[in-house]
Amino acid sequence: MRSARPDGPVISVNGLRMSYGQHDVLTGVDLDVRAGEVVCLLGPNGAGKTTTIEILEGFRSPSAGEVRVLGEDPFRAGDAWKARVGVVLQSWRDHARWSPRRLLSHLGGYYAPYSRPERPRPYETEELLHTVGLTEHADRKIGTLSGGQRRRLDVAVGIIGRPELLFLDEPTTGFDPEARRDFHDVVHRLSDLEGTSILLTTHDLAEAERLADRILILAGGRIVANGSAEALAREAAASSEVRWACGEDRFVHATPDVVPFVRRLFEEHGDAITELEVRPASLEDTYIAMVQRHQSGDRTVALTEVAQ
Amino acid sequence: MTPTRHAIGLGLRRGWTEFVLSLRSAQDQGFYLFVAVGTLAFLWFNRDNELDGTGLMYPTYALPSILAGLVVFSVIIGPASTLAMEREDGTLLRHKAVPHGMQGYVTGQLVYHSLGLVPMLVTILVPSLLLFDELMHRGAVGWLVLAGALVLGLLATLPLGMLIGAVVPSVSKLGTWGMLPVMLLTAISGIFFPIQALWAWVQVVAQIFPTYWIGLLMRSAFLPDAAATVELGDSWRTGTAVLVLTAWAVAGMLAMPRFLRRMARRQSGSQVQEARDAALQIIK
Repeated sequence: MRSARPDGPVISVNGLRMSYGQHDVLTGVDLDVRAGEVVCLLGPNGAGKTTTIEILEGFRSPSAGEVRVLGEDPFRAGDAWKARVGVVLQSWRDHARWSPRRLLSHLGGYYAPYSRPERPRPYETEELLHTVGLTEHADRKIGTLSGGQRRRLDVAVGIIGRPELLFLDEPTTGFDPEARRDFHDVVHRLSDLEGTSILLTTHDLAEAERLADRILILAGGRIVANGSAEALAREAAASSEVRWACGEDRFVHATPDVVPFVRRLFEEHGDAITELEVRPASLEDTYIAMVQRHQSGDRTVALTEVAQ
Repeated sequence: MTPTRHAIGLGLRRGWTEFVLSLRSAQDQGFYLFVAVGTLAFLWFNRDNELDGTGLMYPTYALPSILAGLVVFSVIIGPASTLAMEREDGTLLRHKAVPHGMQGYVTGQLVYHSLGLVPMLVTILVPSLLLFDELMHRGAVGWLVLAGALVLGLLATLPLGMLIGAVVPSVSKLGTWGMLPVMLLTAISGIFFPIQALWAWVQVVAQIFPTYWIGLLMRSAFLPDAAATVELGDSWRTGTAVLVLTAWAVAGMLAMPRFLRRMARRQSGSQVQEARDAALQIIK
């Protein structure tokens, strides 16, 4: 079994292209995910997020480009590779007569031959049910679970083999806030305790900011931004909001250059300033700015890599 | 133990689990009941009819033949529809993501659909033996031949069902791809009336496919030797039947993995998503 160097990238993609007939979905994607990293792929609908993930999962063969996942070509990789990769699928009515407990212990069984002392596989069923919060529904028919409970089961199935690399395609769609919070805890635990590398897509920018070490924005079939949320905000030159008060009067000003602005503020008013608040640009502002800039055709700026 | 063997073991258990869950489901109980009552009613209303010039009562001829027809129907349509459906609902995709999952899944399917014959046969055979006289003429030998015919019939037709399930574009196309050909074949294969009633070329077509031969083997298990005169060539042609069915079994088992691999290769999350969207459209 080949494996990626411990410090090398677990995912490495160069010049990935994908077309369906005349329609180009991906026009040259380059991306890397290092071991233990949590990377979030953002992008408008139709940008090719799902296609990218499905190629990395080995479910689709790309039209062109080099794709390496855990050191192998995912489309041709064997079963030993599958044992190291977890995929959270969006199911809707499979195994309706089975119970979560039964399904988890059945599917977990396939990982047993790949158990290693340093990485025992699969997870213990009870422990996993507890982790995703399904213990009290463990013996119900899956067909009677609510949408949110089903998604938790999907997550449980995805991680049952204690994967080294986990793919999550819009994992929290249909979650209520509490389920979302629980799910984020699960992701943090996997990343911190198990060292699992994670690539996820989402439309929830707050979620991306909370979970991801690094954010990639996919637009028009390529990666248009790459960096931490703060670095992206700097790159997008999105404006921060400065609010201050001088005695009774309150002011608001939007500026990309916070520090010089605040310095001038103090030079002018000095001790007259009684309150000061700086709100950095949110990831949402950054995201909208980046995607709009890309869509208006200013590719040269948008394509810049952002240093970590 | 190799992972493949391990996966096949899991598949065997999966097949058994699916079978037990099916026995407990009201929907499947209803299906078995429906088939049994339908068959028994049909035989009951024809209980006083004699097959022209043979001295055989109609149920005596028809029961083994209908059993053959039902075996072929459920063993082809069963896996075909399960496969088409589980391709769309994500069951297959789950197994694709798991190491050696497809081997376990296919094993489970083979076990599940084979076991599914048991309740169907029991619900028809037991009441039939009580309702009609003189069904089994050959005693213990007959039951042995019946078991052999079932196993051979299963081997010859189950791969076909899996194959159809692997190539049918969607569940909604199953009628044209699966139901229609199987029903047409049943109609011309001497299940409800002796095959001699049909044109010679239809008889030739029927003898290419397994249904006729399974029916013939079944009748040879139940009927007295003298009844062979009802058949083509005045003989049970047991050797030919075994040969034809074995050929189908070998061809099916050689072709099946190729088509299943092709199906698995094409399976992706977007495909499941499309099927889901299509299903939601219909509900709306």
